[in-house]
Amino acid sequence: MSAVITEPLATEAAIGVWRLRWRRFAHHRPAMTSLVVLALLGVFVLAAFPMIWITGIDPDATDLLSRFDPPSAQHWLGTDDAGRDELVRLMIGGQISLLVGLLATVAGGLIGLVVGVVSGYFGGRTDAILMRFTDGMIALPLLPLLIVLGALDLTKLGFSSEFAHSGAAGFWRIVIIISIVDWTSIARLVRAATLSIKERDYVRAARASGAGALYVMPTHILPNVATPIIVAFTLTVGRVILLESVLSFLGFGVVPPTPSWGNMLNNAQELVTTAPGLAVYPGLLILVTVIAVNFIGDGLQHAFDPRSER
Amino acid sequence: MTRYILNRMLQALLVLLVMSVVIYSLIGLMPGDPLDLMIASNPGATPEVVAHLRAIYGLDQPLMLRYWHWLLAALTGDLGYSRTHSQPVLEVLLPALWQTCKLMIISFVVSVILSFVLGIIAALRPGGWADGLINLVAFAGISVPVFWLALMMILIFAVKLHWFPASGVSSIGDGGLLDQGRHLVMPVITLALATTGGFIRYVRASMIEVLRMDHVRTARAKGASRSRVVLIHAFRNALIPVVTVMALSFGVLFNGALLTETMFAQPGMGKMIYDAILGNDFNLALTGLLFATLVTLLSNLAADIAYGWLDPRIAVS
Repeated sequence: MSAVITEPLATEAAIGVWRLRWRRFAHHRPAMTSLVVLALLGVFVLAAFPMIWITGIDPDATDLLSRFDPPSAQHWLGTDDAGRDELVRLMIGGQISLLVGLLATVAGGLIGLVVGVVSGYFGGRTDAILMRFTDGMIALPLLPLLIVLGALDLTKLGFSSEFAHSGAAGFWRIVIIISIVDWTSIARLVRAATLSIKERDYVRAARASGAGALYVMPTHILPNVATPIIVAFTLTVGRVILLESVLSFLGFGVVPPTPSWGNMLNNAQELVTTAPGLAVYPGLLILVTVIAVNFIGDGLQHAFDPRSER
Repeated sequence: MTRYILNRMLQALLVLLVMSVVIYSLIGLMPGDPLDLMIASNPGATPEVVAHLRAIYGLDQPLMLRYWHWLLAALTGDLGYSRTHSQPVLEVLLPALWQTCKLMIISFVVSVILSFVLGIIAALRPGGWADGLINLVAFAGISVPVFWLALMMILIFAVKLHWFPASGVSSIGDGGLLDQGRHLVMPVITLALATTGGFIRYVRASMIEVLRMDHVRTARAKGASRSRVVLIHAFRNALIPVVTVMALSFGVLFNGALLTETMFAQPGMGKMIYDAILGNDFNLALTGLLFATLVTLLSNLAADIAYGWLDPRIAVS
């Protein structure tokens, strides 16, 4: 093996890995179908902008004279219990729900990433403390804890009453509370991967030549724990969308008039008898989105793991 | 082994203690104040009277001191009174806990049976049409919002078909076992469907792995019937990892139970905690949340011990 031919081979192999992974992913039929479904959902929620621009429908404007209108040329899916256009609210609500899913996953993922890398890299007492803390978090009852955090009165935390009751506060609160609760699985995953990678020769070589932890962690460790994290991230997005829907449904999440797929089901218990459609659509969209996300996670796992067989 | 269990129990106790501090502080940050409600019902309350009341109830003391007093009382078994129920907290909580446990145990059994049957069928022909269909069902089960599934059950089986009652634990004027059973059908099916999804995938994966093993091939080669190979040779070996995972998924089951019973208006822990938080019933909310933590901790502990018992390598490390 001469050094001359190793260099180009290495680059080719690097491209080859991702091409191979893509090929494996493309053969995973549910995942590919889900990718298309998710793209369509993306188009659907973004269609709110041209829709509002063309029809001039205000998604928050209530009209008590036209509550529970059946589908019509003006309101394609009819109106909800406050006379608002159901279709446009489903689109906007989808934007909110998906955004909460992505933001909370990224924020929680970052917490998990930092805790996991630090824990695995430094080991010893740091590791023991961080992992006991993580174990403690895992042992907590997730839903009741989120409900308490969602019920907190922001004015008692020093925020102005105006902000505390605004739509923005409801949105950011749910992103924050989900991300501070849902980071444990990523932390454990990253820690396990870091533990095995930090003993590799090239990492030892880097440390021996004087590289500090702040250099080694992002350049040598993180790129090599990427694949399990991508899968975990994907699955977390699905879980977070479900959590958002539950909390908003119970009234502890995104606050109306800002719609989200969860809070559009707020009155669903009564709607089931009066206007079943209103109780069906948001939930159906949540279900389809989360199934698609989970299938994609499954496909990625399959694509990244050369040993896995269908 | 004993050391391992003791260690874990100590750890669980510590988590519970930390959690009580956290929840106690968080409860104080929730909207409303026990005194607000008294003042609201008494227009003659002057600021002096309010200050006096605060002193009587100890609300003028710092948070940590109040927590300390609460902890000392709680350790002697005095968890206070529920404001909305006008009863000692435990008398409200224990029946609710029992109601939730009943729902969880029945659903768990249904879910285990369902997932074994479907998981084994899927594993027999991986990639076949039955596998594809069951896989879709499993993913739907993992991905469905439990509260919405409950709504759809109500819509279809209570509102449209009138097969089962939509809420409550028994009808007025009836209350026999059959009637109670009828009220449990929908919650149990809802919760079982929601938990079965994950279980099916474990059973399927575990069965596929075992079916590839040498002893199964040997049994087949020696002419054992297909059902004998699957049910005796493979199934028993696939069981161990699956059982552990099922025990560990208690948290999912518990969250699901809280939502399910809230949707079907059953007086369990979920509805109790929810109502307590909305009704500013601090004592009840606090104790309810701590019991939820305790139950989760105990079940994780049980799963750990079972795991260590089934796989001795775990306990050593």
